[in-house]
Amino acid sequence: MITLSHYIVLGTILFCISVAGIFINRKNVIVLLMSIELMLLAVNTNFVAFSRFLGNVDGQVFVFFILTVAAAESAIGLAILVTLFRNRATINVGELDSMKG
Amino acid sequence: MSFSIQDLQLILPEAFLLFAICAVIAVDLVIKPAQRDATHWLSIGVVVATLLLVIIDRSADARGFSGMFVHDAVARLLKVFILLVTIAVFVYARTYLKDRKLFVGEFHMLVLFAVLGMMLLVSAGSLVMIYVGLELLTLSSYALVALNRDSPLSSEAAMKYFVLGALASGILLYGMSMIYGATGTLDLQKIHAVASLAAGSSHQTLLAFGLVFLVAGIGFKFGAAPFHMWLPDVYQGSPTAVTTFIGSAPKIAAFGMAWRLLDGALGGLHPHWGEMLAVLAVLSLAIGNVVAIAQTNLKRMLAYSTISHVGFLLLGLANGTPSGYAAAMFYAIAYAIMSAAAFGSIQLLARAGFEAEEIDDFKGLNQRNPWYAFVVLLVMASLAGIPPLFGFFAKLLVLKAALDAGMLWLAIVAIVFAIVGAFYYLRVIKVMYFDPPETKDTLALPQDIPLRWVLSINGAALLFLGLFFGPLLSWCYRAMGAG
Repeated sequence: MITLSHYIVLGTILFCISVAGIFINRKNVIVLLMSIELMLLAVNTNFVAFSRFLGNVDGQVFVFFILTVAAAESAIGLAILVTLFRNRATINVGELDSMKG
Repeated sequence: MSFSIQDLQLILPEAFLLFAICAVIAVDLVIKPAQRDATHWLSIGVVVATLLLVIIDRSADARGFSGMFVHDAVARLLKVFILLVTIAVFVYARTYLKDRKLFVGEFHMLVLFAVLGMMLLVSAGSLVMIYVGLELLTLSSYALVALNRDSPLSSEAAMKYFVLGALASGILLYGMSMIYGATGTLDLQKIHAVASLAAGSSHQTLLAFGLVFLVAGIGFKFGAAPFHMWLPDVYQGSPTAVTTFIGSAPKIAAFGMAWRLLDGALGGLHPHWGEMLAVLAVLSLAIGNVVAIAQTNLKRMLAYSTISHVGFLLLGLANGTPSGYAAAMFYAIAYAIMSAAAFGSIQLLARAGFEAEEIDDFKGLNQRNPWYAFVVLLVMASLAGIPPLFGFFAKLLVLKAALDAGMLWLAIVAIVFAIVGAFYYLRVIKVMYFDPPETKDTLALPQDIPLRWVLSINGAALLFLGLFFGPLLSWCYRAMGAG
């Protein structure tokens, strides 16, 4: 029997993987974008699970909004990535350090 | 789910703004690049018309669209100042963007969409509305920061802003999902009713987790330490016209969001989030004021000063009393007006090929143009909190509210760091008045009459609102119901 807490643990694991992906990764900006998507999916898992177990449909409606906004967000993220690569000829996270102080 | 025709009456300013933005896009599409001024003046006209719609609306407080949209005195007050500051942002940006070949329709559209997002955010009555309004604001801001497509600095700043902004949204959403799980509703009012009762119940753990994530998300969006890493880079890297925008009006909207979430939804948990905000406030005051001293770039210095002002704002919020909220709201409005004037004066001095963003670029400004040196003096003194300027009374109110709530130590820490902070503002004043100019030539100010007038009015307003702060203050207190 899969209970609510299984889903919450799954959501938490996904969330932790994505946060680790953002902070540990020093190589590639695309991995950062993937981590951000994963974080939103962790949230979606939570919402759907709560919605199912509470018998309340509001959470699933929220998930549709999150999915739509996430699509717009990754479009903007990739657009910024293209301009970044054109200007700097690198997408290495470690080299994005021209501003200090 | 049902809605009546009265609901449409409530969102009249927002609906007007949305259709007007579509009209601006259509107009911008058909005109020639040389006629781009038409887009500019039309955008300002749209904001002014929306402002008039907000002001003339005298209808009673109400909730529309099944509680999704809240129409109350706080929302109206915040919207008035968001729109006023946006007008100044547009006026300051014109010559600066033209000199850099960035005077494109996209700038106006993105700013207008961000304004729409902010208006929805401060009127949000449900977690969904908070999220959608916030994303409309931040997605527009990411694109605005990357407006200068050929600048490596600008695209790097946009990337950092995007990654950390998206992380903040994710953390905020994760907190929202926990709160939904604990309360079973997305409506802020219903959450308030349930969350207050839940003290001691089995949902307490879930609610506490949600609260921590929510506060971290709010801290990220505000740029409060220790979540401030993106702020200096973004302020320095974006075109100054964009920095003016993201540094001013969104702070008012962020206050609205924090107030709706923390007081509107989780007011019953104030003992918990009050302490968290107090920690964030102390860290922001310390890091913002101390690191700002080491800066030579004025935009970066103002970014660290933003962090310290956010500390003051959170100090007001941490109170959890109506007078604390009113003081924080007054502070957010004061900060947005001061910050618009500060970045506006950088844009006034900037020319094609010269950014005027180093503090040394202000050397001897008094000998070259006494009036604008005086305007910058007013701005810096107001940011430092020197009486009788606007910024002084904003700080005073927050400190008074903190003392009334018994937070003596926090008030002392805030005063100490405000005095530390006065050093770097006074350094700008010293450079302007006592250092010799680096070049002998007379200052070539742009022949942009609206820019000069609006900047002068903005600077004078800091003195005027400092001397006659009563009406605005009582408006804030009335809106918060603090008597």
